[in-house]
Amino acid sequence: MKFNAGAILGLMVLAGCLTAASVRAEDAVQSCEVPDYLLSTESALPKVMDAVKGGHPLDILVIGSRSSTIPSAEASAYPGRLQAMLKEKLPAVAVNVSVELQTKKTAEEVAAGMVKLMEGKKPTLVIWQTGTVDAMRSADPDDFRGAVDEGVAALQTAGADVILMNLQYSPRTETMISAPPYLDNMRVVAQQHDVPLFDRFAIMRQWNDSGDFDLFTATHGIELAKRVHDCLGRALSKFVIDAAHVGPVQQN
Amino acid sequence: MTSIADRIAAPPLAGTANDAAQDAAPAPASLVQVMSLQLGNERELRLDLFRGLALWLIYIDHLPSNLFTWLTIRNYGFSDATEIFIFISGYTAAFVYGRAMLESGFVVATARIMRRVWQIYVAHVFLFTIFLAEISYVATSFENPLYTEEMGIMDFLKQPDVTIVQALLLRFRPVNMDVLPLYIVLMFFLPAILWLMKWRADVTLALSVLLYALTWHYDLYLSAYPNGYWAFNPFAWQLLFVFGAWCALGGARRMSRVLASPVTLWISIAYLFAAFCVTMTWYLPQLSPLMPRWLEQWMYPIDKTDLDVLRFAHFLALAAITVRFLPRDWSGLKSPWLRPLILCGQHSLEIFCLGVFLAFAGHFILAEVNGGAMLHGIISISGILIMSAAAWLFSWYKSNADKNASRKGTSGNADMAGGGA
Repeated sequence: MKFNAGAILGLMVLAGCLTAASVRAEDAVQSCEVPDYLLSTESALPKVMDAVKGGHPLDILVIGSRSSTIPSAEASAYPGRLQAMLKEKLPAVAVNVSVELQTKKTAEEVAAGMVKLMEGKKPTLVIWQTGTVDAMRSADPDDFRGAVDEGVAALQTAGADVILMNLQYSPRTETMISAPPYLDNMRVVAQQHDVPLFDRFAIMRQWNDSGDFDLFTATHGIELAKRVHDCLGRALSKFVIDAAHVGPVQQN
Repeated sequence: MTSIADRIAAPPLAGTANDAAQDAAPAPASLVQVMSLQLGNERELRLDLFRGLALWLIYIDHLPSNLFTWLTIRNYGFSDATEIFIFISGYTAAFVYGRAMLESGFVVATARIMRRVWQIYVAHVFLFTIFLAEISYVATSFENPLYTEEMGIMDFLKQPDVTIVQALLLRFRPVNMDVLPLYIVLMFFLPAILWLMKWRADVTLALSVLLYALTWHYDLYLSAYPNGYWAFNPFAWQLLFVFGAWCALGGARRMSRVLASPVTLWISIAYLFAAFCVTMTWYLPQLSPLMPRWLEQWMYPIDKTDLDVLRFAHFLALAAITVRFLPRDWSGLKSPWLRPLILCGQHSLEIFCLGVFLAFAGHFILAEVNGGAMLHGIISISGILIMSAAAWLFSWYKSNADKNASRKGTSGNADMAGGGA
């Protein structure tokens, strides 16, 4: 019985790998359309708008946890891709994206060090990616909301526009990490402070559901991660440009 | 002495009703009064039906989202199957053990409740074992660089000693496994609840509301391991359980006038409709600009951990409408089509555990096979079929296989089946 199950499993995995391989060969160019409603926001980015329109440099700081990078391929992670795509779309602006990784820190811990983190930096825009560590440690959602609230306030006081970015959609760990309370609370904070929320979770789920990516597979390669981050960077650049109302058309 | 309660717990099919009535007849007058027998002597099939439904919905909600997920009530309002499950559990538990307490006294009833608590605890540990196997598998087989951070959740595997002890202490509870610990705690306090109810049912309910209010005011919660909190806060969720118990012990009958009034009906319908509209904006984000901002700011987040008032009210509205349009003697309750649901509801603890296990198994299959929506549907349906078949098997055991067992044995099993999981 046990061995049979093992054999069947092995065959299934093999079949899975074969299909995955054939799919990969076909998809040279990744299609990862994001429906407009997932990228629309009522909140604005006035400082980004001023910088772009005034021809000032656009300094973006990404504060995030490990999911804001790809181990051993940092340049291919979404912050790097964001910089490349913004430069492409806003050729007249000097775009500089830097990353401040706060691994294994909850929102509360990051928020506590936020003022220190911002010392000596004058970013136009801070993209704060958070929630994953809190969800993994099942932090109290109320405390989490308070911490995000405090962090966003600190960033705004420091004079930056803020975008909040929520968790990754991770179907494989769905039975272990409960994301919904943290997604909900981030949405609430974003509304309260009137800052745009980049709904990474919904976007990635959309890709998974539509078949653009199979996020369920246990791929061992780094290719999937690179392609997902490339698409995230692309979506994020569009999100920033739309929220700041600085479409390339206005630029030209 | 336990015969009445056991009888009630037994499958309520034609024939048993008469026996139960005979058994109940010589019961002390006080019993009749307190219990008010508004249920009649026949097992309330509606409870089994909806508990069975809740179990199916919980199973589907535990699978990754798919087409069937759209059939579950959480997509159409604030509350979900958990509310139904906890309320009905409170109702049945109070019904069964309330009688036991009146008939055999506090000590015997408490002893029986504690036996039930132990059963649920064992079930929880059993599920935890399966969970450990599942995630150990995921941890060793899943190396997607995209999710290096999320895989940190497996870190506790590095300290199995601590983790397992914490799980035994109910402090380590993975996602999808948090209903049983809540249930264990609620059942553990059932003797006290029943004892208070016997004294003054309304005061007990008032105390429960007070505790709920204090929980919100002072942010009471139980901590979990390695950190965090209980996903279902027992201080808040006890309200539904106690409310269920209160209804079982006469509250439902006293509320019948309120329930029958058209005002209640229209308020319920209006509230359900409003909740439906709000929920639609979650699933169709295109609609979300239609939501007024002040409403969002006032309403969100709708807290499941602490049983948000909006969720509780949503459950009440659903219950009010159900009770009104689905009479106790509705002929459909005897229909063979609803038998699977009713059977599942009658063996709720076993079926709940089986459902959690099947959800794990379903996850596993979906992770290994790129089957798409088709496979997803097959998994959902076969899970429900397996649950129904198992429920049928359990009741077959109870009505046939155990018939020749000694009397003692029978009472134990009856407890297990109907004891109010």
